[in-house]
Amino acid sequence: MTGAQLVSLIQAAIVFGTVIMFGALGEILTEKAGNLNLGVPGIMYIGGISGLAGAFIYESHAAQPTGIVGLIIALLCCLIGSALAGGLYSLLTITFRANQQVTGLTLTIFGSGIANFFGGSLNRMAGGVGQISTSVTSAAFRANMPIASSTGLFGKIVLSYGFMAYLAIIIAIVLGWFLARSRIGLNLRAVGENPGTADAAGISVTKYKYLATCIGAAITGMGGLYYTMDYIKGTWSTDGSIEKLGWLSVALVIFATWKPRNIVWGSYLFGVLFWLYFYIEGLTRSSQELFKMLPYLVTLLVLVMVSLRRKRESQPPAALGEPYFREER
Amino acid sequence: MSPKEPFVRITRRESPFTRALLIRIAAFVLALIVSALIIVAIIKVNPVKVYGSMLDGAFGSKKRSWITIRDAMTLLCIAVALAPAFKMRFWNIGAEGQILVGGLATSACIICLGGSVSLPLLFLLMIVTSLLAGAVWGLIPALFKARWNTNETLFTLMMNYVAIQLTSYFVAKWEHPYGSNTVGIIPWDNSKVGWLPNMFSHGFNTDYGWNVLIVLAVTVLMFIYLKYSKQGYEIAVVGESENTARYAGISVPKVYIRTMLISGAVAGLAGFIAVSGASHTISTSTAGGRGFTAIIVAWLAKFNTFTMIVMSFLLVALEKGAAQIASDYGFNDYASEMVTGIILFFILGSEFFINYRLVFRGSARKEAE
Repeated sequence: MTGAQLVSLIQAAIVFGTVIMFGALGEILTEKAGNLNLGVPGIMYIGGISGLAGAFIYESHAAQPTGIVGLIIALLCCLIGSALAGGLYSLLTITFRANQQVTGLTLTIFGSGIANFFGGSLNRMAGGVGQISTSVTSAAFRANMPIASSTGLFGKIVLSYGFMAYLAIIIAIVLGWFLARSRIGLNLRAVGENPGTADAAGISVTKYKYLATCIGAAITGMGGLYYTMDYIKGTWSTDGSIEKLGWLSVALVIFATWKPRNIVWGSYLFGVLFWLYFYIEGLTRSSQELFKMLPYLVTLLVLVMVSLRRKRESQPPAALGEPYFREER
Repeated sequence: MSPKEPFVRITRRESPFTRALLIRIAAFVLALIVSALIIVAIIKVNPVKVYGSMLDGAFGSKKRSWITIRDAMTLLCIAVALAPAFKMRFWNIGAEGQILVGGLATSACIICLGGSVSLPLLFLLMIVTSLLAGAVWGLIPALFKARWNTNETLFTLMMNYVAIQLTSYFVAKWEHPYGSNTVGIIPWDNSKVGWLPNMFSHGFNTDYGWNVLIVLAVTVLMFIYLKYSKQGYEIAVVGESENTARYAGISVPKVYIRTMLISGAVAGLAGFIAVSGASHTISTSTAGGRGFTAIIVAWLAKFNTFTMIVMSFLLVALEKGAAQIASDYGFNDYASEMVTGIILFFILGSEFFINYRLVFRGSARKEAE
């Protein structure tokens, strides 16, 4: 592998990793409250399409669309859309006591349906032809620091991404601090470990679960937004990639043993594993496909190791996936 | 009455069959109304016309009806496969992968042996290998769960993607014609060896009687197995409480492994039906998300395999109907996934009103009077 190839592999890995980093960070917050939300792909779909639709409507109505306004609109739409998706999940699982796994899977089906439906036909509905495009907003999302091109290798590897790549790292750091060090974070973890005890200690389990799931969903949704706005440059593709990335995010949560700081390097590692086949010479097309199995196999390995070692701090939240109804303890 | 009584509180209740049925129908109708409103808001046509178009898409001709039946049977087979696992509270999210490896085994038999062995032997091999492949895919997570209590939801989920990449590998290997990135209709010599034939006439693909027969047989057998066999009872006990099972002397790891072998094998059989009885090709979308949809079918049917028949037909008919609207009005058929999602949300929500009663402030006093 040449030096230039190595740089491009790292760049590809970071861009890829950022998408799943958002997904996994949101899911960690949700799972720490004891909710196993298997709707991650659906929420990423909804986040992506909400942001894209917001930017599209803005760009097609404003006389002189500017990137920064489009960016704010897209981000807001994405956050609202995905938080609403999280709210729907919370309503069904927390208030209506539906099964978490089944509700999550339904959310994935619904999210993929609604996003691909609108993503595929939004432009046509608005009377346009061909693919949807939001070039102005997308350019704002992809803008990198002006010094990126003048600082050589460092600029290429570290500074050449849109702002969301850095936002993801900031969220990871803040989330790590929040869960480990803050009072509210401690309460949240108590809800996920043993909701009965948390309830007895005066923590409102319902409120914590709702908030963690909705905010978690908003973070997860940003992964979809980054994918549509930055990764595929402000268009839509109905090839199902978001779904794949969403499940990889769920895998990443396991891989990182529910710790935000592990998510950062874990997501880039997944990116390297995912793109590695592209840079290894002499692979046939069929063996490339076997190579793409790597992230999943590595996750399986970690999953088994975690259950083998039984280390207390790397276990999933004890009440993960289990419903909590005060009357039925 | 204390002034602190909450405005509304929730109490558990047992719903008789008729009330449960009425609530479910109400939820379904409500879901249809909501979906209709959305569709009308988007394409601005008369909703009655839209539902006419849906019926037409699902049952508009003999051919369409058979395809609806065929796809409902495949979905039913997967849901039946999942029933024992979920009844045991073993979260087998991995049907998608189990179907794929079953389909891969079937395809391998057709591609490698089609024409060189007798037809009955070929069918026997296809069925046995697809059962085995699915069983192995179900066994792996069960072994880890039984031995080390490894989380099965996440394990089976990952196994799906391993199976998908394995399928991609074979699709690249078996690519036909070269450069198409698909396997094409197998067998490639157009001899239709290894296809499930028509039951009521000569030829292929004008009726799907064999699909129906195989799946219904599996459905009845699974019903009997779960309801009347000792093993089925053990599954129910483990599902209710692992501790109870252990105190009763049931070996929980053994039940996990045995049940997942069965669950995976039947899902593998669904892969055989999907390849030999329907698509006659293999691709990463052979399972097409049905492994996930089937979980919802199995769960909402409360593991009763006969209720699953109704649920499968309902979902597949809706899917075909929504696809018809999409093509009639020029939209992509993801509309069907959207409508399916909405209907499932409503049915999921309706379960609450079947199992619980809302007691409003003051109503308790009224009841007492």
